[in-house]
Amino acid sequence: MDKVMRLASEKDVVVFSKSSCCLCYAITILFQELGVTSTVHEIDQDPEGREMEKTLVRLGCNAPVPAIFVGGRLVGSTNEVMSLHLSGGLIPMLKPYQTWC
Amino acid sequence: MSSSSLEVSTPMEEEGIEAIETWNVGEQQELEGDEGSKLSIALDINSTCAKVAFFIISKSMNSPTPQFVPSRLGIYEPIHQTGIWGENFKSNGNPNTSTSVIVEVDNKLENESETTSHEMLAPSNNYEQEASKPIDKIQRRLAQNREAARKSRLRKKAYVQQLENSRLKLIQLEQELQRARQQGLYMGGVLEGSHIGFSGTVNSEDSVGIAAFEMEYGRWVDVQHRQICELRTALNAHISDIELRILVESGMGHYFELFRMKSTVAKADVFYVISGVWKTSAERFFSWIGGFRPSELLKVLVPQLDPLTEQQILEVCNLKQSCQQAEDALSQGMEKLQETVSSTVAGGPVDEVSYIPQVATAMEKLEALVSFVNQADHLRQETLQQMSRILTTRQAARGLLALGEYFHRLRALSTLWATRPSEPSLP
Repeated sequence: MDKVMRLASEKDVVVFSKSSCCLCYAITILFQELGVTSTVHEIDQDPEGREMEKTLVRLGCNAPVPAIFVGGRLVGSTNEVMSLHLSGGLIPMLKPYQTWC
Repeated sequence: MSSSSLEVSTPMEEEGIEAIETWNVGEQQELEGDEGSKLSIALDINSTCAKVAFFIISKSMNSPTPQFVPSRLGIYEPIHQTGIWGENFKSNGNPNTSTSVIVEVDNKLENESETTSHEMLAPSNNYEQEASKPIDKIQRRLAQNREAARKSRLRKKAYVQQLENSRLKLIQLEQELQRARQQGLYMGGVLEGSHIGFSGTVNSEDSVGIAAFEMEYGRWVDVQHRQICELRTALNAHISDIELRILVESGMGHYFELFRMKSTVAKADVFYVISGVWKTSAERFFSWIGGFRPSELLKVLVPQLDPLTEQQILEVCNLKQSCQQAEDALSQGMEKLQETVSSTVAGGPVDEVSYIPQVATAMEKLEALVSFVNQADHLRQETLQQMSRILTTRQAARGLLALGEYFHRLRALSTLWATRPSEPSLP
């Protein structure tokens, strides 16, 4: 529980992923498109990966990855991010963290 | 004629007879088939060689060919030899040879007179004539027979292996044919266009799931058509907004039903969904991750919705943009998946026969395809729901009519294309 929340609050936009997960990759592409640099933690490369996976599931993510945290708070998985974006709610949420080069 | 008619009494011969019997199980047909090589089949047994040789000849008598002649002459000798052999051994006091061999051979000859030719009877007459053949010639002949037998066994082994492989292939082909027929049955009557359903190599459970989907989808298209007609009538009749709302809800629900159906069949065979083979050809042309592009949907809808308020135009514009961004992200994710699977399959040394590790790993990666199909459908659903939120009831009804009519026209295009007159070949 701790590691996940700790990592989630360390950076603005955090995506928990797995090295082989292409859907996670798609999410990072979307954030990139929206001018946000996301920090990706690959839990399958982490020694505490199993624990982190259990935590994410406990927090409500059906598929443990991708799990997206914005401003330290859990947004959800791909479904939630997509719905939020189409309803126009994602950009306002990301506004504080947008970094346009 | 069968080996059971050869009666064996001596223990010494049992070994050979056992060999004959195992040899004969299921092989009698084979013997009748391939002529030349079969004649040279002589089991590698010692004193019962004659019995075997006799057996071979008696069988071969049933299908005489020119090829037989030299072989017969070759085989005949052992019988002569055995006749003498028995005599010689007897005279040497060898307990291993029994007179019964010769006697039984003689009996055999008498019993099988119907199926044997004159040539066959000849050796029995020649027994006494050939009494002076030396022993080492006999030994040489036996060695030759043993070698021939060994070669025959190897040939037979290869042949059987080939037969087994062909048999398996045949079973596989029959199963595929069965599946294709099963799907052709549903597809033919139900869908427009001239595409053939294929299932590749899915297992039977999956084909049931696919067949069920195809039936349901056929019904779905029919209901869709009915709903479009109802919407058209309702819009022209200027019915109340409340009644129109019911039609809109049911129209939306119908699309969501399709996404549910697709989700189920994607678990059975995601390639089936992605291939778009369940749709008509023109629809397939526009296919994106197993369905229509959400951005395409908006392009079709929006022109039909005039007049839109300023607020609506803004919201639709935002929806278009976010839709496009989400689509691009998923498309890039799919590309990454293709790269991953491709490099996994191509990995490892190609000069090694076993590719199992690469294929197994690729299988795991391909599981992600189901998630992508689900995400794409989720995007389609969200786009529809957002439009429904932005628009008024009447606009939403017009939108659903426009969308339904669009796909209906695509299906008609597919049929028209399939039945267009073929162009005359150029001189």
